[in-house]
Amino acid sequence: MEAEANSGSPEDSWAFIQRPGEGCRTVPLAGHVGFDSLPDQLVNQSISQGFCFNILCVGETGLGKSTLMDTLFNTKFEGEPATHTQPGVQLRSNTYDLQESNVGLKLTIVSTVGFGDQINKEDSYKPIVEFIDAQFEAYLQEELKIRRVLHTYHDSRIHACLYFIAPTGHSLKSLDLVTMKKLDSKVNIIPIIAKSDAISKSELTKFKIKITSELVSNGVQIYQFPTDDELVAEINGTMNAHLPFAVIGSTEELKIGNKMMKARQYPWGTVQVENEAHCDFVKLREMLIRVNMEDLREQTHSRHYELYRRCKLEEMGFKDTDPDSKPFSLQETYEAKRNEFLGELQKKEEEMRQMFVQRVKEKEAELKEAEKELHEKFDRLKKLHQDEKKKLEDKKKSLDDEVNAFKQRKTAAELLQSQGSQAGGSQTLKRDKEKKKSKVVHLSMPGAPLAPPASVLTAAANRVHVLLLKAATWS
Amino acid sequence: MDPLRQSPSPSSSRASSPRTLPCEMLGYVGIEAVLDQLKIKAMKMGFEFNIMVVGQSGLGKSTMVNTLFKSKMWKSTMLGLGVPTPQTLQLQSVTHVIEESGVKLKLTVTDTPGFGDQINNDKCWDPILGYINEQYEQYLQEEILITRQRHIPDTRVHCCVYFVPPTGHCLRPLDIEFLQRLCRTVNVVPVIARADSLTIEEREAFRHRVIWAPGTSLGSVGVWRGGECTGGLRSPVCGPQIQENLKTHGIEVYPQKCLDEDVNDKVLNSKIRERIPFAVVGADREHIVNGRCVLGRKTKWGIIEVENMAHCEFPLLRDLLIRSHLQDLKDITHNVHYENYRIFRLNESHVLPRGPGWVNLAPAPASVPAPAGPQATPGPPKVCRWAKDNSDEEF
Repeated sequence: MEAEANSGSPEDSWAFIQRPGEGCRTVPLAGHVGFDSLPDQLVNQSISQGFCFNILCVGETGLGKSTLMDTLFNTKFEGEPATHTQPGVQLRSNTYDLQESNVGLKLTIVSTVGFGDQINKEDSYKPIVEFIDAQFEAYLQEELKIRRVLHTYHDSRIHACLYFIAPTGHSLKSLDLVTMKKLDSKVNIIPIIAKSDAISKSELTKFKIKITSELVSNGVQIYQFPTDDELVAEINGTMNAHLPFAVIGSTEELKIGNKMMKARQYPWGTVQVENEAHCDFVKLREMLIRVNMEDLREQTHSRHYELYRRCKLEEMGFKDTDPDSKPFSLQETYEAKRNEFLGELQKKEEEMRQMFVQRVKEKEAELKEAEKELHEKFDRLKKLHQDEKKKLEDKKKSLDDEVNAFKQRKTAAELLQSQGSQAGGSQTLKRDKEKKKSKVVHLSMPGAPLAPPASVLTAAANRVHVLLLKAATWS
Repeated sequence: MDPLRQSPSPSSSRASSPRTLPCEMLGYVGIEAVLDQLKIKAMKMGFEFNIMVVGQSGLGKSTMVNTLFKSKMWKSTMLGLGVPTPQTLQLQSVTHVIEESGVKLKLTVTDTPGFGDQINNDKCWDPILGYINEQYEQYLQEEILITRQRHIPDTRVHCCVYFVPPTGHCLRPLDIEFLQRLCRTVNVVPVIARADSLTIEEREAFRHRVIWAPGTSLGSVGVWRGGECTGGLRSPVCGPQIQENLKTHGIEVYPQKCLDEDVNDKVLNSKIRERIPFAVVGADREHIVNGRCVLGRKTKWGIIEVENMAHCEFPLLRDLLIRSHLQDLKDITHNVHYENYRIFRLNESHVLPRGPGWVNLAPAPASVPAPAGPQATPGPPKVCRWAKDNSDEEF
């Protein structure tokens, strides 16, 4: 019995004599109290709340995942078979409400679509891991909320992962090994050999041994059925030795003997699903549903989810103790982080603002320069244009002058010609000559700019030459 | 009254569930075996239950606990032996493990000697509230650790049994004050202690509302008891009685009406609510009556059998607490009271726990007392004050 001393304020007028939990001893009862109904109370409360169970089926297309689910739960879940042409791995999730006597179960079945169909399968496991993490994240978010409703929250975390192994009879594919290695720390993996009616019994034992040894040598942790409770330890122990289960799924019922049974019929015989000698389906159903459903859920919550939570919180920067080994409060850390974050945001904002201002300045300067250039160009062009204009005007003026002068001479020549034709022949010749000369002179009188075409000149010169010859012969 | 702490309210909108398709199962699958799995797991882990008894000295609290659990939990204190009444309110906790038919129960009983015994009983509920909040705080601290235990030890008070002295009149102001404050924090079950000093009619009148029978004069009143009218009273009763009192002051005792989830619960709980508060008698001595060995109190005028429904309502209390509603008490504590406390704590950033004690830096609201603990270091206040401004944001 410790007395806890009170310190300081006079309001604390109470002392704590003994803390709860200490000095615990077993006390015998003198009669029937009645708390042995406690497990029943707990069960009733759970029934009213309902159960939920989530299964993830990972396996290549065509291995019989949907059929096995139908067989396990004795019902037909809707869905069409997937094609082999999926571009990537996707996960398809469906939730069903099952009711058996007074127990209501919300069953979620998640199936991979397109697993193992791609040519490059390096990233095949990523969508699956992301999906599982997303479910953990959703639960963590709900748990960290201030106002939360955890007891009515629909738990979507994957409780069991059934990994379908193709019945090659040799060993695990490398895709299987890689995927299982990535999943073993996030979910309870139960490997099963699908379509096991394709393997003979002797091959099956060898196959199972090969698979288990490969898993062990690669360090893959598959789910072990719990053996700590003596009620189920024995059966779980034997089942552990039968892993991986070789199962067959079938929803067809055939008449065998005088009973209707689920079976698959071949020309050489009929495989009964529920016959323990034919396949391990019954064992799988026992283990998954009837014996260990609660344990699977608990492992998911207390091991896988806690691991995820721890990693996530540590990633976000929370610690349990600071360097002075005084426990931090989650909230304090959050506040500090929030301040940090807001400070960073402000800094970034400032930076961006400054950058923006600078850019604007630069752009403005550029534009101003361009404007100036344009103005200069415009002035230059204008000047050129004016010069050209002036030149052209001068030329035009001189041309006009020449044209006028030419016209005058033309009229004068025509006048002379009309006078000359009245005088006579030689005179005419002379006049012709003169006229021609004058014409030539006329023609050669106008200035250089209006140079007559050379052909006219030569023609005129020829005529003058002929005339002169004629004149010379006659005289 | 702390405005941030609301009275227990039913869970607001259900979390979004996915679209579910009902499916018919064509044969037996074995899903109901999960119930057995649950039972096995629960039995292996054992159960915990924490109960607190509050009331003035001499009302028979320790005896009642011993009678409830049929074992010597406490050595019942006997007044008049020279033991002085404690000057201060003390809280004593005792933990025992009891087993019955393979079911292990770790029972913690917290007693409060000295409650209401002083001349000035102002704020005598503060230590009790402080204790209850401290348990919530411990649980919260464990829950927000990064590496937390698989099973967090649960020391939160699941049920508080409040002993009302059998005055026969009405609830005293001390009772009303205490019940008002406590019913928001913890499940409260009020009982009329030492009910062997009240006659049946007085008991009923104390419990129920007085109903005026038509056509009678004010002098005589009829009292309804379980559907039959038992005629006149020996003494006129004045003033409203306990249930009236509770209703007037807005005190919601367990089972809370607002937390009834479905029709079955409503029907069952309203039957219980009719009988609240139970008139109980505690006894831990056995006597021979008609050849049987029964627990009872022997007086000169007869033996009051504890387990006889005609004598007192102890069986009702025992059934409520242990046989039918124990799990429900725990669930309501966990889902409603603890969540309310958590919301309150996470919204109030200026209270920062460091280590085992906790430090209250700002003037605390009335219901959260300033407990003893190490003084605040100057470092945190800066962070707190800034954080206080943003306490509305969810983190």
